[in-house]
Amino acid sequence: MSFAELHIDRVSRAFGEQIALRDLDLTIKGGEFVALLGPSGCGKSTALNCLAGLLPLTGGRITMDDRRIDTLPPERRGFGMVFQNYALFPHLSVRRNVAFGLSMRKVARAEREQRVDEALRLVQLTDHATKFPAQLSGGQQQRVAIARAIVLEPRLVLMDEPLSNLDASLRLEMRSQIRRLHQTLGLTTVYVTHDQEEALALADRLVVLRDGLAQQVGSPEEVYAHPANRYVAGFMGYRNLLPVRVTGANTVAGNGFTLAGVNRDGLAEGAAVAAFRPSDVTVVAEEGDNTVRASVEIVEYHGREQAVEARLPGGDALHVRTESRLAPGDDVLCHVPRERVLVFAP
Amino acid sequence: MKHRLAERGVDRTLLLLVPGVVFVVVLFAYPVLYGLQLSFQPAEGGGPFANYQKFFADPYLADTIWITLRLAIPAALINVLASVPIAYRMRGRFRGKRLLTTILVVPITLGTVLTAEGLIQYLGPVGWFNKIIMAAGLADEPIRLVHNYWGVLFSLIITGFPFAFLLTLSYLSGIDPTLEQAAATLGADGRRRFRYITLPLLAPGLAITFCLTFVLAFSVFPSAYLVGLPQGETRVISIAAYEAAFRDTDYPLGSAIAMIMAVVMLAVIGLVLLWRSRLYRGATGGKG
Repeated sequence: MSFAELHIDRVSRAFGEQIALRDLDLTIKGGEFVALLGPSGCGKSTALNCLAGLLPLTGGRITMDDRRIDTLPPERRGFGMVFQNYALFPHLSVRRNVAFGLSMRKVARAEREQRVDEALRLVQLTDHATKFPAQLSGGQQQRVAIARAIVLEPRLVLMDEPLSNLDASLRLEMRSQIRRLHQTLGLTTVYVTHDQEEALALADRLVVLRDGLAQQVGSPEEVYAHPANRYVAGFMGYRNLLPVRVTGANTVAGNGFTLAGVNRDGLAEGAAVAAFRPSDVTVVAEEGDNTVRASVEIVEYHGREQAVEARLPGGDALHVRTESRLAPGDDVLCHVPRERVLVFAP
Repeated sequence: MKHRLAERGVDRTLLLLVPGVVFVVVLFAYPVLYGLQLSFQPAEGGGPFANYQKFFADPYLADTIWITLRLAIPAALINVLASVPIAYRMRGRFRGKRLLTTILVVPITLGTVLTAEGLIQYLGPVGWFNKIIMAAGLADEPIRLVHNYWGVLFSLIITGFPFAFLLTLSYLSGIDPTLEQAAATLGADGRRRFRYITLPLLAPGLAITFCLTFVLAFSVFPSAYLVGLPQGETRVISIAAYEAAFRDTDYPLGSAIAMIMAVVMLAVIGLVLLWRSRLYRGATGGKG
């Protein structure tokens, strides 16, 4: 039941005047794990619902191996979906929840039982088969939802923020389990999340969305190290986004500081944004290449490291992650390697 | 001591219950108990159960139970069954929903008398309906639809439907819409989504809706007079009670009939709730 390529071709979805998704182009290969990443309202869930057939498109088309599928109702697409709130059927036992899709497909009883057992074993819920969803913990409900989707061996599994309702430790555990299932069952997965760490950890390829527009499509390494623009950078942990002016080919001046960096957008002059990660900033003893002076305001304890918010002379905030022990009120010199400072159009 | 009481829910907020308790005692418990004891003191003597024996011995009285059930059960069933597809279609959000809901609910405000007048005008022997039927040559003489069983049934449906519809709509709105979406992605078409997901989750609510519309219909009185045949096929039990108490001034017999009425209603409701207790009745939200 696998496929070679799924083409999403200029897919749009509008709600009245509001355009939630604009001309999304994406090709998903069989076996791939693709994450749709973005803040709430960026159109990622809309894209997923369009793929599932739960929302009709207002423009574009979706084809699977040259067969058009965007005109099919959800029940005829054969995709599995895991919902954010799990959407387990509260009146059916775990076993009958998992068996639901197989019964709808009129799979013979013996085969159905065997496949349900197998799916429950995969998500380690064999002992809970006769319970009802309300009797399960959040993590167990989550696993029932996954078992219910994968028992059909769907061509494509769609996951809508499946981990967002779980607590932190369970989230990490389920994250590995999702990746493991994807690999062992050879699934093709489209995964929606607002958590960049989750997306980077799970996906083979990321689609970063903002205001309904795809900002960047690429491997985790590409998106992490070479964000396409300042929004992707901001989303990928470039927490320092300082307003600057371009002063030379690779130099910028901000409010009371100057930096050398990588001019990503080929800007010759005018306003720009200098982006770098808090963890790329080091506290140094002496003034030197690419250093800025700042005064420490807030210090958060993060074990081996501290997350420090300091104030630059011009009033901009500077975020630093450092192993140096600092205290509020300290005046510090901070250094950023020039290749880690990315200069983007504002 | 105070803390221990508070832990069991005994604190000053309990005082908020006082008006409600007073209301129930004064306006419900007292009349019921008074009527109950009165029913055991027959006007003509003959032991405490004489009124009940008299009721069941006299077909003119005893048959009113069947006459009323024959009206109230179909009326409640039709109201519940008709409200399901309409509410199901209206469960989402769409333009004009408020207007449509208003139109469907307006009959609540009409009152039985206005409804009865309308029914006579419309369905009576010289009403529009019969004029059209006869003009079209579908019947040689007017079809009798008022001043008989059908008139009362129509009236009960018109006045009872809005209640059934509002209740069903609110029960339906309580069912998480992602459940149906999930069923769709699992391969269930619209018919099976309703059959296997929505209907089982809605059924307990429908049982309650049936009970409430049944109670309303079982105590039918004005329409049985106005569009029925009050001395014949729509001589419902409340007419029997009314005649006993206020025409023959036999209050004890009237009380006994009222008690029988209550027992019959409780029996029907009890059966429905017994069936309901075998259904799933937990949360209808997505998290289960």
